[in-house]
Amino acid sequence: MTNPSSPGAGPVPGSRPAHITVNGVREPHAAPTLAALLVARDIDPAARGIAVALDGRVVPRAAWADTPIAPGATVEIVQARPGG
Amino acid sequence: MTDPKTPSDPLVIAGRSFRSRLFLGTAGYPNRQVMLDALAASGTEMVTAAIRRISLAGEEESLVELIGERAHFLPNTAGCQTARDAVLTAELAREALGTSWIKLEVIGDRELLYPDVEELVRATGELVAAGFTVLPYCNDDPIVCRKLADLGAAAVMPLGAPIGSGLGICNPHMIETICNRSPVPVVLDAGIGTASEAALAMELGCAAVLLNTAVSKANDPVRMAAAMRAGVEAGRLARLAGRIPRRRHAEPSSPQLGLVGT
Repeated sequence: MTNPSSPGAGPVPGSRPAHITVNGVREPHAAPTLAALLVARDIDPAARGIAVALDGRVVPRAAWADTPIAPGATVEIVQARPGG
Repeated sequence: MTDPKTPSDPLVIAGRSFRSRLFLGTAGYPNRQVMLDALAASGTEMVTAAIRRISLAGEEESLVELIGERAHFLPNTAGCQTARDAVLTAELAREALGTSWIKLEVIGDRELLYPDVEELVRATGELVAAGFTVLPYCNDDPIVCRKLADLGAAAVMPLGAPIGSGLGICNPHMIETICNRSPVPVVLDAGIGTASEAALAMELGCAAVLLNTAVSKANDPVRMAAAMRAGVEAGRLARLAGRIPRRRHAEPSSPQLGLVGT
């Protein structure tokens, strides 16, 4: 899933565009926070059964809005799925 | 006469009490309504779930919303091949589902789906230290089960046969040995194909049975869920009742004196 960068939230014009990796896919670094990243992907941050890890560490839901995403970050967004 | 299926025989794991000794997986049903009906028919109070990268939003109804208050969640670390991945998956599961319970699965081979004991033991220690209630899926090996219990596993979950194989309990003597020696509840996990095998697990001394494919892929999953419930209950009752010893020769049950015509 691509994430169109929104004006004003992206890297400084003229600089080399920064990227982040979300669920194993490289994409432009656009969303400033975890909460913004979720919203940009049409994921309701209040939805039950989802969790987020930033650079290999779980970020509690309450901190999503205030957790910045640095260029080069690796983000995992997961949800509970049917399983055995 | 008191009902032999007395409610005073609860399963207790890590201080949580269960009336049902059947844990059921949520994967592979023909559709979600069949899954819900099977859950209801099974009487289960705890269902397993996987933790996976999120799919496109709105693709399907959330499993959490679907299950609601019907059962506790036991998230798994299915597919993880290292302790590191399993620990991160468990931490994500705790955040996603609000439970510190984890079915710890660390496999050493994607084809065999057999546990990697070294990584499993390491992950168990780390997760127990991090406050998780750890239920490791493990080999039918009493030494490994003992190590996991000593590390603080809340239960041990030896396999009856490879995951999804439906081969039943390939080594019933070893499962019985594990049950006789384990200081924590033993949950037979994986391999069950039909209700008699679930009953056998309970007769061997297992505290509970965890299964998925045997129900979800049955021709009639809802009916099989009911069969598994009955099998687990029958096996538990038989275990508590105590089976007769096996004999090599016949032993008449009718009186030997007073035979007609002699």
